[in-house]
Amino acid sequence: MAIIEASNLSMTYRLGDIDLHALSNLTLTIEKGEFVAVMGPSGSGKSTFMNILGCLDRPTGGTYVLDGQEVGDISRDDLAGIRNKKIGFVFQGFNLLPRTSALENVELPMLYAGLSQAERTKKAMAALKSVGLEGREHHHPNQLSGGQQQRVAIARALVNDAPIILADEPTGNLDTKTSNEIMELLVKLNNDENITVILVTHENDIAAYSRRVIRFVDGALVSDTRQEQRR
Amino acid sequence: MISFSSTFKLSFRALRVNKMRSALTMLGIIIGVGAVIAMLAVGTGASSQITEQISKMGSNMIMIVPGTTTAGGVRMGAGTQSTLTMDDAAAIQKECSAVSAVAPVHNGAAQVVSGHLNWSTGITGTTPGMLEVRDWPLSAGRPFTDQDVRSATKVCLLGQTVVDNLFGSADPLGQIIRIKKIPFTVIGVLGPKGQSPNGQDQDDTIYVPVTTAQKKLFGTTMPGMVRVIMVKAKSAADLAVAERQINDLLKQRHHIGPRQDNDFTVRNLTQMMQAAEQSSKVMTMLLGAIASVSLLVGGIGIMNIMLVSVTERTREIGIRMAIGAKTWDIRYQFIIEALTLSMIGGTAGIAIGLGGSKVLSMLAGWPTVVSVPSILLSFGFSGLIGIFFGYYPAYKASLLDPIDALRYE
Repeated sequence: MAIIEASNLSMTYRLGDIDLHALSNLTLTIEKGEFVAVMGPSGSGKSTFMNILGCLDRPTGGTYVLDGQEVGDISRDDLAGIRNKKIGFVFQGFNLLPRTSALENVELPMLYAGLSQAERTKKAMAALKSVGLEGREHHHPNQLSGGQQQRVAIARALVNDAPIILADEPTGNLDTKTSNEIMELLVKLNNDENITVILVTHENDIAAYSRRVIRFVDGALVSDTRQEQRR
Repeated sequence: MISFSSTFKLSFRALRVNKMRSALTMLGIIIGVGAVIAMLAVGTGASSQITEQISKMGSNMIMIVPGTTTAGGVRMGAGTQSTLTMDDAAAIQKECSAVSAVAPVHNGAAQVVSGHLNWSTGITGTTPGMLEVRDWPLSAGRPFTDQDVRSATKVCLLGQTVVDNLFGSADPLGQIIRIKKIPFTVIGVLGPKGQSPNGQDQDDTIYVPVTTAQKKLFGTTMPGMVRVIMVKAKSAADLAVAERQINDLLKQRHHIGPRQDNDFTVRNLTQMMQAAEQSSKVMTMLLGAIASVSLLVGGIGIMNIMLVSVTERTREIGIRMAIGAKTWDIRYQFIIEALTLSMIGGTAGIAIGLGGSKVLSMLAGWPTVVSVPSILLSFGFSGLIGIFFGYYPAYKASLLDPIDALRYE
């Protein structure tokens, strides 16, 4: 079953008199449980693509169906609701709330989903345990290493049972060893929980963890290849 | 939608992060609320002092004084002509339905001697009705009677100040004092009344029967003449009616034609006091309004800091939005934050206002009355200010673009 169906997606920014085509006529389908790496040079449109996939931005043309729901022109707040339920974000810079414990960071999506405090704590503890951070629930981000912070971010992405994780260069700020650990965690989630993982990366080593690589150049999809997953 | 208690916890945490900044922002509200409460307390204190004076002076009081004389085109002041008589007083008592008590007054000043002590004071010759007109109970002894007035007996009632000066702590009842060398028996002591609205010591007086004053102490230019007639209306609502009835009656009695000037003046003392009370209420409002300006300035301080806070936390807002915070979740969060600031400030301001009022009344000697409505008003107002000035920053935050906000460095 296709979880992401994009057809003829395009994104045009107006800069004065010039139209800038950040994305043009992109058609792509991603099945549930896929592990996709998105590659391409800076300015190739992969960030725009990820923003649209993540419902942070709306395309100026084409249709985008996420998990059976057309999200082309729904309201800002409905988009927020979809982000909350369907998508877990993992960022290069971790984007955890400072001066806030790991536990509370992980509770955040459930706060906006309207869960009770007891439920939030229970599920957040479980999510932190599943990413191997048991015992560090009350540490603040500045008391955690980069790899640990990214694990907190992954726990936060998981905790609302989102079917998709969108990771924007999740290992960009990490050393090789930690990078591999984070990738192995994502692979494990992909295999065990059947979570669809889509990640942007510049590094072939990281892309090697995926089973499908798509490449962008100048706002267009130029290649879409499947490969054996590195384990 | 995120729950209220969670939002409150969030805002509390955010305010704790910048303790100094939060405290300084609150200071604006603290001073504002404190100033409103203290100023209203000063104003209310002044009004209640006036109200108290009215009740001390005697309520619903009307004073009738003789009118002016015109001698060769020169108009003399009020009271220069002796036109009021005992009969006028009796007629007012009998014919004016809105009047409950009448007391003619014939007064003067005299040296009073008791044993080896002497004292100069005002002597008021009047009738028993005076005690009712002035709401003035005796603290000892008995009042003089209509019989005393008819037979011009030499009895007197002493004000507390006179007692203090002539007798010290000794009991004056039954003692003889000499007024203009004429012996009077002290039959009663007037209860202490304190200062009049214009600062006179009301207790520095001696009451004697009006006839005694006329015949034995001060004399009259014509028989039965009195200097003033004091009248008490039945109620505050009857004041105007009583005034009109007295005017009509005296015009008729004094044969004054429609185009002639009255030879008497009716003064509504209570009305004058009420005007004073009214003006002190206006002053209270003015003080309150000036103090509210500082509350407003405090509100602008909150807005300023909230705007800074929104800018500083742009990234946090982006993260929250990416994770699923809706427009109102963000707006709510910042409004509650501003509200928390202003409400904590308001609570502290109430304490400052209460303390400030105490200090003011101690140091400056002003009577201050802190009223519960003034506390509720300023506290509610500070809350409104929090919401009002918090709304714009919150609105700004909630409209941020999540992508831009996430990228914000």
